[in-house]
Amino acid sequence: MSGHDHDHHHAHDHSELSETELRVRALETLLTEKGYVDPAALDVLIETYETKIGPKNGARVVAKAWSDPAYRDRLLTDATAAIAEFGFTGRQGEHMVAVENTPDSHNMVVCTLCSCYPWTVLGLPPVWYKSAPYRSRTVRDPGSVLAEFGVTLPAGTDIRVWDSTAEVRYLIIPMRPAGTEDWSEDQLAELVSRDSMIGTALATRPEDLSNDLEPTQ
Amino acid sequence: MNGAQDLGGQMGFGPIELEPNEPNFHGKWEERAFAITLAMGATGSWNLDASRSARESLPPAEYLSSSYYEIWTKGLEKLCLGADLISQEELANGHMKNPAKPVKRVLSAADVAATLAKGGPVNRPETRAASYKIGDPIRTKVMHPEGHTRLPRYARGCVGVIEAIHGVHVFPDNNAAGTGEDPQWLYGVVFNGPDIWGPDGDPKLTLRLDLWEPYLDRL
Repeated sequence: MSGHDHDHHHAHDHSELSETELRVRALETLLTEKGYVDPAALDVLIETYETKIGPKNGARVVAKAWSDPAYRDRLLTDATAAIAEFGFTGRQGEHMVAVENTPDSHNMVVCTLCSCYPWTVLGLPPVWYKSAPYRSRTVRDPGSVLAEFGVTLPAGTDIRVWDSTAEVRYLIIPMRPAGTEDWSEDQLAELVSRDSMIGTALATRPEDLSNDLEPTQ
Repeated sequence: MNGAQDLGGQMGFGPIELEPNEPNFHGKWEERAFAITLAMGATGSWNLDASRSARESLPPAEYLSSSYYEIWTKGLEKLCLGADLISQEELANGHMKNPAKPVKRVLSAADVAATLAKGGPVNRPETRAASYKIGDPIRTKVMHPEGHTRLPRYARGCVGVIEAIHGVHVFPDNNAAGTGEDPQWLYGVVFNGPDIWGPDGDPKLTLRLDLWEPYLDRL
């Protein structure tokens, strides 16, 4: 798995399409001429994942779990149904399981065999999640992976790595930061980054929120 | 298959490359590669397991030197050729020459939202009892099928414990081959780090994999 952009380095200027760009264009043209794909549907698919389905969905789920103990119980018991309460259902979220970080144990999600990822709550996976370094090392040496993300866990913390080998998709519920007891769900959601729901980050501490995101208390 | 996709535990890939504020797509071609892959999946000409199998059967050197959407594109080309939806000549020219072969459905713009929201659940009726219960110790099989499987190499021949019972799910090894869904009980299995990686394995690490009954033997 190489990086995402090496083809562009072969192009001499922006008007010259890379081999890969031409290959994709030719395939799309052919499939369209055959009537197998509708170009308007392609545009809607792209727009959906650019604007509607992304980690803000998951952040709302986590914030509600932090705020509402009954919802947290439903999420831990039947995550698919609890997440569907928000209307987040379907592709790559058909069989959801939520797991909770605690002071004693930290959870991380990987797919060593491909790129399985909970699309309904996190959107499309970042390149690093699909990359060979992450997929190869997370199952064997997750501590070194966390270090590269700048995460240090207290000594003695158990690390639970979930390798997404089937169609079950995992959502990590990070620990709620201290000092947020009075925060609303909307405020709390700002603390829930994509990476914290994969397990390669902790929830953002209130003091680390950038100023323009600081909730008014 | 023991292809390049089976990356768990391999060494030497170096640091993880992080990209702050990474976009979903790096360039238009990634958008189009993504969308045609989903739209062609919606035609019902193959299943998700077959598409994974097509991607992972790329030669290892090619798999490892391709970006993810390049792998998707190459996989899609193989699937379209294999289903006789397109010919090699058409693919080379980028234009239709032969009449289209009928497909089960064509995804319309109006149907995208409903299709995504419905997804493709893979749980099936429980027509027989599960062989294992929570807490049962198991050993994963030693197996090296040339076809598709979801038992990673690093977790073969290892001792673990049943921690969850997910129900009966489509069995990828058969479904990818087009020989039917062959639904099987699916379990969440927990392994201790040293039971997978040996005495040097991190004792604070536990691994959890979702594994179908045919991958398991009773201890």
